[in-house]
Parts: sequence; C-alpha cells; structure tokens
Amino acid sequence: MTGKRSRLFSAYGWFVLVFLYLPIIVLMLYSFNQSRINAVWTGFTWKWYLSLLENRHAMEALANSLTIAAWSSLLATLLGTLAALALHRYAAGVKAVLNGLIYLPIIIPDILMGLSLLVLFSQIGMSLGKLTMIAAHVTFGISFVVVIISARLAGMGNELEEAAQDLGASPWQTFRHVTLPVIAPGVVASLLLTFTMSLDDFVISFFVAGPNSTTLPLYIYGLVKRGVSPEVNALSTLMIAVTILLLVAAEVFRRKGMEKEPGNSLIM
Amino acid sequence: MLSRTRWLSVPALLWLAFFFLIPLLLVIALSFLERGTYGQVVYAFTLNNYSRIADPLYGEVLLETLAVSLLTTFLTLLIGYPLAYHIARLERGWQHTWLLLVMMPFWINFLVRSYAWVVILRSQGVINTLLLSLGLIDQPLSLLYNSAAVLLGMVYALLPFMVLPVYVSLEQLDRRKLEAAYDLGASPWRAFWHITLPLTKSGVVTGSILVFVSSIGMFVVPDVMGGAKSALIGNVIQNQFLSARDWPFGSALSIVLMLLSVMLIFLYFRAIRVQEREGREER
Repeated sequence: MTGKRSRLFSAYGWFVLVFLYLPIIVLMLYSFNQSRINAVWTGFTWKWYLSLLENRHAMEALANSLTIAAWSSLLATLLGTLAALALHRYAAGVKAVLNGLIYLPIIIPDILMGLSLLVLFSQIGMSLGKLTMIAAHVTFGISFVVVIISARLAGMGNELEEAAQDLGASPWQTFRHVTLPVIAPGVVASLLLTFTMSLDDFVISFFVAGPNSTTLPLYIYGLVKRGVSPEVNALSTLMIAVTILLLVAAEVFRRKGMEKEPGNSLIM
Repeated sequence: MLSRTRWLSVPALLWLAFFFLIPLLLVIALSFLERGTYGQVVYAFTLNNYSRIADPLYGEVLLETLAVSLLTTFLTLLIGYPLAYHIARLERGWQHTWLLLVMMPFWINFLVRSYAWVVILRSQGVINTLLLSLGLIDQPLSLLYNSAAVLLGMVYALLPFMVLPVYVSLEQLDRRKLEAAYDLGASPWRAFWHITLPLTKSGVVTGSILVFVSSIGMFVVPDVMGGAKSALIGNVIQNQFLSARDWPFGSALSIVLMLLSVMLIFLYFRAIRVQEREGREER
C-alpha cells in the first residue's frame, strides 16, 4: 500500500465525517445567533435558551418526556433483565424461538410498531396519553436490554454460579453475590440506553401520544412543520447534547469490567 | 435448582406478546375489514383494501418508495464502502474511535437531523444566504421540498447502517489472500475487484438490507424535507391513520410494507448464516 493512496483514503474519510457532522454543528451554531429571520450571523446570544425556560409548552413537553422516559426505562430494564437471566438457562432450541420474539421489535420498521399499537389501544378502549406512551416505549426498550444483559451473562459463563451453588449458596445468595455484580454495569447501561431511546423517540410516539402527553420530539415536530425558528434550534441543540451525554455514559458502564473483551459497542 | 428461574422470562414474553404480536395480528385482521362512512371500522370481510393499492395513485407512491429506497441503498453503498475500507485499514484503537464517530449521529433522532438540513437548504437558509451575499445568484435556489432533498436526507440518515456491516466483513477479510494476489502481479484494482469485493459480499448484503428496510418504512425525512409530491408509502400510511381515518386501507398498506420488510429480513438472516459459514471455512 503506497502512502499516497493511504492519504487519499484518509482525506475521503474526513470528508464523509464532515458531511455527517456539519449539518448538526450548523444547527447548533445557529441556536446562538441573534437574528430571528435569516441565516446571517448577527451576534452571539443565549436568549433563545432563556426564552425556552419561559415557554410553558416547552417546559410541559420536557416534563412529559422525563416522566415517560423514567417510567419506561425502569420497566423495560426490569422486564428485560429478568428475561435475559432466564433465557441464559434455556436449551438452545427454545432459546432460538424466544430470541426471535425478543429481537423482532428491533428490526421491524418503527412506523409499523407505532400504528399497530395505536390499533391495539383503540381496540381495548385505552385513551391515548402518558400510559400508552410508557407502554409503547417499554415495548421497544425490552429487546435492547435483553441484548446488553445477555452479552454480560454470556461473558460470565455458568461456572461461577455453579461453583457458588456447589459451595452451598442458596439461589438468592448466588444471585446477590455472583450474578448481580457481573450484570450490574449492564443494568445501568440498559437504564441509560432505554432512557435515551424513550427521550429521542418520535415515530412511535407520534402514533400513541394523546393531547396531554406531548413529548419534546413531538413538540419540536409541531414547530418544525411551521418553519425554522431559533427556539427550535435551541431545543434541538439541547436534545443532541443530552443524547450524546447519555450515550457516552451508557457506553462507559457497558464496558465496565469487560475491558478484555469489550465486544461491539452498544451504540453500534 | 437453576431451572426454576426460567419463569423470570414470562413477564417480558407476555408483555411482548400483548404489545407487539397481538397488535400486528390486529393490523392484519383490520386490513380485511371495511371502513364505514364516518371512518369507523365495519366488521365485514373485504379484499377491497388490497385491490385499492393497485390504484395508479398508490401504485405510483409505491414505485417512488421503491425507487428512492433503491437509490438510497446504492448511494450509501457507494459512499459507505470506501469509508468502511478506510476504517478497516487504520490501527485498532483508531478503528474504534472512527466507528464511534460514524455511529454517533445515528442516535440523534431523524427529526432533528432532517431539520438541520432544512436550516441549511431552505430559501433563507445557510447556502442561499451565502450564495446571495457572494453575488453568485440573484434568486434563492429551491433546494428543499423535492425528491433530491429527500434522497439527500435519507442517505444522510442511513449511511451509518451501511458502514458498520461492511466494516465488519472487511475486518474479517483474510489479508493473506490479498498478498497472494499482489505477489502474483495483480493490480490493486484487480485485487479489489476479484478478491476484496467478493469476500465482503455478505457485509454489503447485510448493509444493503438494513438500509433498504429502513428506507421503505421511512416517513420522517420525506415529511420534513420533501414536498407534497415526494410523499413515500410511510407518509401515506401515516396519513391514513392520523388524518384520513381509513384504518383498514392504512393497515393493508402496512401489511405490504411488512411483507416487504419480512422478506428482506429473512434474506438478511440468510446472509448472516452465509457469513458465519464463510467465517468457519476460513479457519
């Protein structure tokens, strides 16, 4: 491989990275621009962020987002962790079938999940609101939790638990002192990841949100349909910042204790 | 003793059965029912919802969706393959950093990322303002709300989906085969065409299917960046459910979308199996 070709590929790689990040960076920059109407830079300001604080609708959407994300991440992590613990023990054949059910929600297009949940809620007469939002967010969260926890359990193998049992530990003691410490960072990573996914979700929420459960992405969508404004830029910038922070935190926890074999990053 | 913990999976499985499987079955059932005058569902069997899809109006949307999805897949492959190639040639530590950088935007939601393009492309946007102030144009260009903008948005949104699987297959490539080709006097281009590309076929297939499945179900990007004419099937489905209130027809459209996706996902798993088999044969 000649150095010249190496440099060419390098330049190309950087070029694509610029393509991926430039729009996001431009959006963030313009959230600090004084001018309301156009793209001419007229000076730095925090005023769009301050005006968000006084915006009742934005604050309400933020509160809804946080409530829904908190509950759905807790529930999804609880259900997903328990399922991963159990799946770890199934025979290969049964496991494959159950895994199919568990992983399908990851690959099915969001729009299908959203509208099918809307159909379900209308059939059972459940009015759309925070509860339907939480139920929907738990549904897409569970699968990711199972993936993360299963990876940690697979890394642990069965030997440690068997040894503990041979030494007379009760199932609870085995879980408390052997299994839990191994999966704990994965549980934290799952909480952070499902929280982020819930905070970020637009498509599924779009179908199952009611009038009193508008979340930040839904609120942003309403504004985007009316046109570009510096408040949307500010709100989007905040969402991007929070998403990246939460993801980095989730990744740090996921890797904890897996230094030797960190496997694929969860955000990939 | 350990087997007693199996019931722990029951809550999650019940949850998914109730909130995932049953809703999908309901949509299938709904697609064979009639719509009443006021948008309510009438419990009478019909195949009309499916025959309506053949209507030129919807046939066109379906074709447009397939065309945009195919183009998106092709362009992400064209842009993504060399990027994956570049990453696979870096040192281990750098590979990880680059992959993180490529995947990070993927987690910022599509809505915000499409909106970022609106900020740049609209008539008072960054590009038009720049060109106007430089005196290169006297009228703002209409860069937004057309099919090209939708295509740009889709490629932008889905590129990471292509890079990752292609990178994985390039990473597993047995470099000795390439060295052998070079030793036998093959040009870099010939070596790439006859060795690298065929051996990374499974990554290309996986990436293409991931991108294609995501494209055909996409409705955020065309909704934000496209005009009325660049609606894709996702937009029509959304419209049937939330505005037109024709749920049975919306369901029939979704079933077509679902069948397409499932077919492709099936191919995806086959590609993965081939990849695993190839991996084993290598060793």
